[in-house]
Amino acid sequence: MALIQNKEKLSDSVWRFRLFAPRIARKRAAGQFIILRPVENSERIPLTIADADANEGWIEIIFQAVGKTTMQLLQLNEGDSVLDLAGPLGKPTHIEKFGEVLCIGGGVGVAPLYPIISALSDAGNEVTSIIGARNRDLLILENEVSEKSKRTLVATDDGSAGTKGFVSDVFNQLISNGEQFDAAFVIGPVIMMKVTASLTVKAGIKTFVSLNPIMIDGTGMCGGCRVTVGDKIRFACVEGPEFDAAQIDWDEMVNRLGSYRKFEEKSREEHDCRLEGAK
Amino acid sequence: MSKAETKKKFESRITMREQDPKIRAANFQEVPHGYSEQEAVQEAKRCLQCKKPLCVQGCPVNVKIPEFIDLIAKGDFAAAARKLKETNALPAICGRVCPQEEQCESRCILQKKGVPIAVGNLERFAADWERDHNAVKLPGKKPPNGKKVAIAGSGPAGLTCAGELIKEGFEVTIFEALHEAGGVLVYGIPEFRLPKEIVRQEIEYLKNLGVKIEKNFIIGKTATIEELLSEEGFDAVFIGSGAGLPSFMKIKGENSIGVYSANEYLTRSNLMKAYSDTPSTPVMKGKSVVTIGGGNVAMDSARTALRLGADESRIVYRRSESEMPARKAEVHHAREECIIFELLCNPTEIFSDEKGAVKGIRCIRMELGEPDATGRRRPVPIKGSEFTIDCDVVVIAIGNNPNPLIPESTPDLEVSKWGTIVADEADGRTSKKYVYAGGDIVTGAATVILAMGAGKTAAQSMIKDLLSS
Repeated sequence: MALIQNKEKLSDSVWRFRLFAPRIARKRAAGQFIILRPVENSERIPLTIADADANEGWIEIIFQAVGKTTMQLLQLNEGDSVLDLAGPLGKPTHIEKFGEVLCIGGGVGVAPLYPIISALSDAGNEVTSIIGARNRDLLILENEVSEKSKRTLVATDDGSAGTKGFVSDVFNQLISNGEQFDAAFVIGPVIMMKVTASLTVKAGIKTFVSLNPIMIDGTGMCGGCRVTVGDKIRFACVEGPEFDAAQIDWDEMVNRLGSYRKFEEKSREEHDCRLEGAK
Repeated sequence: MSKAETKKKFESRITMREQDPKIRAANFQEVPHGYSEQEAVQEAKRCLQCKKPLCVQGCPVNVKIPEFIDLIAKGDFAAAARKLKETNALPAICGRVCPQEEQCESRCILQKKGVPIAVGNLERFAADWERDHNAVKLPGKKPPNGKKVAIAGSGPAGLTCAGELIKEGFEVTIFEALHEAGGVLVYGIPEFRLPKEIVRQEIEYLKNLGVKIEKNFIIGKTATIEELLSEEGFDAVFIGSGAGLPSFMKIKGENSIGVYSANEYLTRSNLMKAYSDTPSTPVMKGKSVVTIGGGNVAMDSARTALRLGADESRIVYRRSESEMPARKAEVHHAREECIIFELLCNPTEIFSDEKGAVKGIRCIRMELGEPDATGRRRPVPIKGSEFTIDCDVVVIAIGNNPNPLIPESTPDLEVSKWGTIVADEADGRTSKKYVYAGGDIVTGAATVILAMGAGKTAAQSMIKDLLSS
């Protein structure tokens, strides 16, 4: 059980929960995640730890309410408890002083990127952040990211904030201006990571991505989160979630993420039906 | 005893009534019904009550077999259950999933003349009787000895270790990574072979004895072994963290949509209840399912596939039936349910459609050559014998590699080149003082009873080490 201390809407359908979890808060490092089950009989879902305070004993998670489980999570309020919470899981991000570092985040992927930006900045790196979303309403953590970055560039698909276009367009602009980077971290929807990381890799930048494959237990038992990295099967839950972007079999990753699309659509419809009925 | 009576004693083992194979293949209810009181007494009376019972030596936890069977024969079922619990904390589970035919029953003198006494069936009967008649009584406990023990993992090894220690007056806390206690007993073994309610009640019994269980706590991540010892006030730790990363075959197409490790397939179905009408966690209910492997886990997967609605469920195994590691009874049950066995057959490639979903599996026929290091005859491919099986789900049940979380976070713990924790089989001690280990994390994938034996052995060492200091 983990008490919800704070519930906050960050943007359209994106929420931030502060959970009381002193043990996890004390242990976690940038790049790590938790697994939770909001209520009895719900699914176990992994979510990145977006922020934490070891002294006050809380962690924060940021999620988009799109599926059955995130909807169930959203129905909980301040003062309620999340039924099961386990972590911190996964290997922490490899942080060192690279020099000039590029951090690129898309959509709700900015949430897991933020603690990495923070840790890179604390380690003395010069961080350029590019964050994007479909529109201004979906853009999250702009202020937090700006505070920890040397400069922050924004892209929206419709141009309602920052540059009109994708984060990859902003990246291309930087490269064509002759800018150079020593490392890049890219987190977001899988297609965004695939496209953006292919560009950063092509530009000769060592690139890390944080993968979000389907996961059941999160402790290395089920093997559902396997991804092919450099022709080897790797388990994102215990060997990841971060991997060298240059070596990932992206097409396989995209396919496997879509395994349960039909099921997800069905449960979303059922959920909407219930909400309709309640009105 | 007349000649006829003697003959009867040797030959007439009471078989357990079971659900009809046609009916049970479509439900998740337990397959065998259990003995009636009358059947149990009748079977118990077949026991020869040997003075030097070999069966006890065949049991990894040395259950007092002739004694508990004698109590059943006398009709004192509650006493029989308590006799069992003197040495075995989980009799209702062992009675169902232990490979008795290789252990106690294989040593039974009756074996030589006919069929051995049904130790497993009787064990199950006594434990079920006690529970169903609300006759469960807590045994006496020694007064608190002031020592605290942490146990990593609530599977059979951890539960047994806890049961032994709590009776000796230790304060025991089990840390479980998942949201439900029981380890493989709840995520791996299907309901039709081991009802979860039974596991829950056996765990409840341990809790009533005073064992604390902290769920959602991952040793190696939430806290390390060293932290438990130096900061959390534990005097010793037992590691029973079980099986880890599932093995794959490294063949083309293995990561297609619809290819599962047995662990994932069974966890989705069992722990996450994907078989229910409105599951939160989905599982692909294939029409034609191929399970690769020949162990109990493969049988469980193939039989689960049938119950999830497959029209055809196949086992693909590269050796012949006599080399199959699965229990005979499970193979028999699977055959009765019309599981198709493709023996001496090895997968070479998994085909998928344009969306990446499984549509077939390529296999090659095998023949048996010379024995390999394990003593089993090595399967050799027969050239030109490739063929394809159309299927939409593939389950890979070829074993596990040790979980890395504890070895990685405990640098002073000796680990083998396979990644298993090195522990002395005779006492469960590891290279780190006051740290003990047993079960799959030490031996690699084994059976419930061997894990229990290891938990018990370690508990005895802990009692010795902690109470003498």
